[in-house]
Formats: sequence, structure tokens, C-alpha cells
Amino acid sequence: MSKISSLFRVPKLSYRVWKVWSRNKDVFMKTYKTNFLPSLLEPILYLLALGLGLGGFVQPINGESYIQFIAPALVAVSMMYSSFYECTYASYVRMYFQKTFDAIIATPITIEEVITGEILWGATKSLINSSIVLVVILVFGLIPSPLFLLIPPVSFLVGLLFSAIAMCFTAITPNIDAFNYPSFLFITPMFLLSGTFFPLTTLPEILQIIAQIFLPLTNAVNVTRSLALGNIQFSMITNLAWMLIVTPIFFVLAINLMKKRLIK
Amino acid sequence: MNQEVLVNAKNLTKKFGDLTAVNNIDFEIFKGENFGFLGPNGAGKTTIMKMIQGVSPLTDGKLTLAGMDITEHARKIKGIVGVAPQEDNLDPDFTVFQNLTVYARYFDIPKEKARTRADELLKFMQLEEKRDVVMTALSGGMRRRLILARALMNDPQILILDEPTTGLDPQARHLIWTKIRNLKKQGVTVILTTHYMDEAAQLCDRIIIMDQGKIIEKGEPVQLVKDHVGEEVLEVLNSEESMACLKQYFPDARIDIVEDKIQVFANKPRGILTKILEEASFRGALIRDSNLEDVFLKLAGRSLKD
Repeated sequence: MSKISSLFRVPKLSYRVWKVWSRNKDVFMKTYKTNFLPSLLEPILYLLALGLGLGGFVQPINGESYIQFIAPALVAVSMMYSSFYECTYASYVRMYFQKTFDAIIATPITIEEVITGEILWGATKSLINSSIVLVVILVFGLIPSPLFLLIPPVSFLVGLLFSAIAMCFTAITPNIDAFNYPSFLFITPMFLLSGTFFPLTTLPEILQIIAQIFLPLTNAVNVTRSLALGNIQFSMITNLAWMLIVTPIFFVLAINLMKKRLIK
Repeated sequence: MNQEVLVNAKNLTKKFGDLTAVNNIDFEIFKGENFGFLGPNGAGKTTIMKMIQGVSPLTDGKLTLAGMDITEHARKIKGIVGVAPQEDNLDPDFTVFQNLTVYARYFDIPKEKARTRADELLKFMQLEEKRDVVMTALSGGMRRRLILARALMNDPQILILDEPTTGLDPQARHLIWTKIRNLKKQGVTVILTTHYMDEAAQLCDRIIIMDQGKIIEKGEPVQLVKDHVGEEVLEVLNSEESMACLKQYFPDARIDIVEDKIQVFANKPRGILTKILEEASFRGALIRDSNLEDVFLKLAGRSLKD
């Protein structure tokens, strides 16, 4: 019992979390040109192949053309990918291969602050990458509503959620190759089954419920799509509430699992 | 002597599951001294360093630095301690200079001050030519120097050096030694671990010799050598005749056989051994100064630890 409660102990944090964030930002700024291109090209490829290519064979969905239906989902998917991979592979490299965390905790910064800084950085990556995708689909003329301006703040929240989940995997992974498991068993199914490429309502009801409750991306896709298309629904409140409740749980869990891994 | 105690450990204990890495030890480190922890791999040296740094919680006992309890004031203590770890954890994404300035930020050192200090330290460590080179382009010896420079960014009162010269070539080692001596002159208290006995003899005012988590001896290097193995050692090629003869000459001495040599620790004042060599002739006889390594091998035995 005490073991489980120790996994949910709320950490004490200070402004120093931003120093860890700054370290990652400084590295990012050195290489932003190479970081930039993939985030720019990937959505264009999807829009061309799926939106224009496949979309030509698909009937309009709820009155939207197929390309318009998937475009906001691509923004949400980039939030998930960028934050999840930042806090799995990239964080693991910093933690295990570069021993960056060891170097930082020898200074007045605590391990809790290091992990929080990493998660905040993962959320920032979500904001940056999804904003690039957002600009691409704006240029394609696929966003009819000015409410899209609310998507970047949402992307930070979605980024926090996926970074925190990712950090839990990083805390328990035996080695870097083992990230293939969450990647193929969690991220890829979510990419396909979260209302991204077809409306969830076409699935059997039980699968719809499972997707709503257990696939975080469903919430992100729904909120992003509603904002992009200017289609405000009550379900957005449920989606946001789900993320606001689940994020802190995984955040606290990630910190305590990491502490268990690193403080010996 | 009335010296200020800077680090004080009482009943210091660290367990990892069933393994007791540090077993109920006491020590005091005075302000301004060079203090060494010696011992083979697995003796518990690095574990002690990690506890002093405040990154590894104590299993039992009490540890204070500059009067502050490590368990309660870890953040404050980490602010006055500089750490040069055993493993290279420099930031490969940054240049030499940025490695220092980014690190300074973790200590809340203002940007301008950090830049000035970084340049001073690069000069001190003879790395100024490498200032804007990506860190991964440095040689092993340069990396150690950069790690040492980084450990000095916060102008620490206590400097922790975990195996500062392991794996370095002789030139690089001697350069690091010179820097450590300079730091001592500047009043920095240096705590180091090493398994090189010559390094400890060169650098340390006082040492603790550890084995399997326990202190097996402590004191000043020169005194320890004198007390345990005498000032000189006689080494002779191993043969039955020589052995018999030596046993006659030195009935009370410790006589070891190491590979093809006989070592005699007669614990006699300097000069006595020379006389004996004049009386009897031995094959391959050699008199040399005894050293800490002799002390260590006497205390810890010759068997491999791991």
C-alpha cells in the first residue's frame, strides 16, 4: 500500500524546472533547421496521398470533404508524436547515454525538477511541431474557423499528457529498443483508431467507448477538429476534462517512477 | 592543531538491497585539506562521493557539510560543492564554452558572470584554444580537464573528484595533478577517490583506505608507509637459498613472495638494508623506497576483488 502511494507523491518543484527546459531549447535551436523540414514535409505528404488521392474515393463526412476531415487530425497526431518521442527516445538518450540528468542533479536542481523540465520541453515540442502542421493546412485553405487560434494552447496540454505518459515508459524501459512496444502497441493503434482517418461512429459501440476512455489521442483529435472547423460541441468539454484529469496523474507517476529508477 | 571540520560523517551506512556498500563508517575532513579515499573497485568510494554530493540518500547515519545536514539541506549543499564525476557526462550537443555556461545556469549564476568565469577556467585548464569546439572533438585528457573546469564554475568550497585521472596518459595525469595542487593553494577543500596509490601519495594530506565498505586504515600517506612497511623494501630474485638466508637476517620481518621476487619489509631505518647487501650477495637485489601500494597490498591482501 505504502509502495503504491509512494508512486503518487506530489513533488516539490521550483522555477528551476525552466533551466532544464532551457538546456533542451538551446540544443534544439542549434539544430532547428534539420528539425524543421520533416515536420513541414510529413503533413504535406499525408494531405496529398490521403486527402487528395484517397479522398477522391471517399464521400463527404458530416458535410466535410475527406481532406478537410483529416487535416485537423494530422495536427493532433503531430502533437502526440512529437511529445511522445521526445520523452521516450530523446529523454532516454539524455538520461542513459549522455548522463545529462546525472550532471544536472549534481547542481542545486533536483531529479523531480529535471523530469518536469523534460516533460515541459516535450509539451513545447508538441506546440512547435503541431503549429508547423497547422500553418501547412492553413496554407492549403483547410481551416474555415478563426477558433483555430486556440489550437496551440491545446497542443501544449496534449503535449504534457503524452510527455508524461512517455516518461512513465522511459522510467521502466529496460533498454532503448524496448520502446518499440509502446510505439507499436500504443502509439500506432492510436494513430489509426482515434477518429483520425474515419469517424469513430462507424466502429461498433463497444470499440467507440474503449477509444473514448483509453485512447488519449481521441480527445486531442476531437478538440482540434472542432476548433479547426468551428464546430463547437459539448463533447469538447468532456475531452478537455479527460485530459486535465489524466495529465496530472501520469505526470506525478512519471516523476516518482523516474526517481525510483535514478535515485539509488 | 585547531582545524575547522568541513565534512563530518558519523555511522555512515549505505545499503543496496542485501549489499552493504558503505558499512557504518566515521570520518572528518578539514577545511583546506586534500582528502583521499583509496581502495579497489567496489570498496564503496563512489557511493560515499554520491552521498556527499547529496544525490544518494543515506541508509543510516549522519553526514554534515559546512555544518548543514545533507538530508535536510541537499540543495544548499549542492550549491557549494563542485563535482567531477568518474564518468564523462559532458553535454555532447554543446561546445566547450557552452558546456560551462549552461552548467552555470543551473547554479543561478548571472549570464555575464558565467561567461567571464568560463573563460577564466578555460585558461586555467589550458583549454582556451578549444573554447568554441564541439565537446565531442576533445581528447580524453581534455575532457577530464573540461569536467574539472565545469566543477569549478560555482566557485565551490568543496571539490569532489571521483577517479580524476583514470584512463589518462602520464602527461595528462600530471597536468591534472598540478591543477589540483593549485586549487588547494587557493583554499579549496578537495575530496578525491582513486585506486592509484601514487596519485594519493602525490596529492593527499590524509587518506582513508577502504575495502568492502569499511575503513581499514587512515592517516597521512608518509606516516602510513612508515608505520606499516618501513621506509625501504628489499627485493631479491626468488630462490630457496636466498629465502633461507633472508629469514636468518630478518627473523621478525614480513617476507612476501610476489611472482619471481621476494619482498622483505624489514621495517628498519634507512640505510640498514644497504649494509646487509654488502655482507651477503643476492641475485637481482634491489632496495627501493616503500610506498602506499605496499601498505595497501599488505592491508587488503593480494587477491583480486572482482
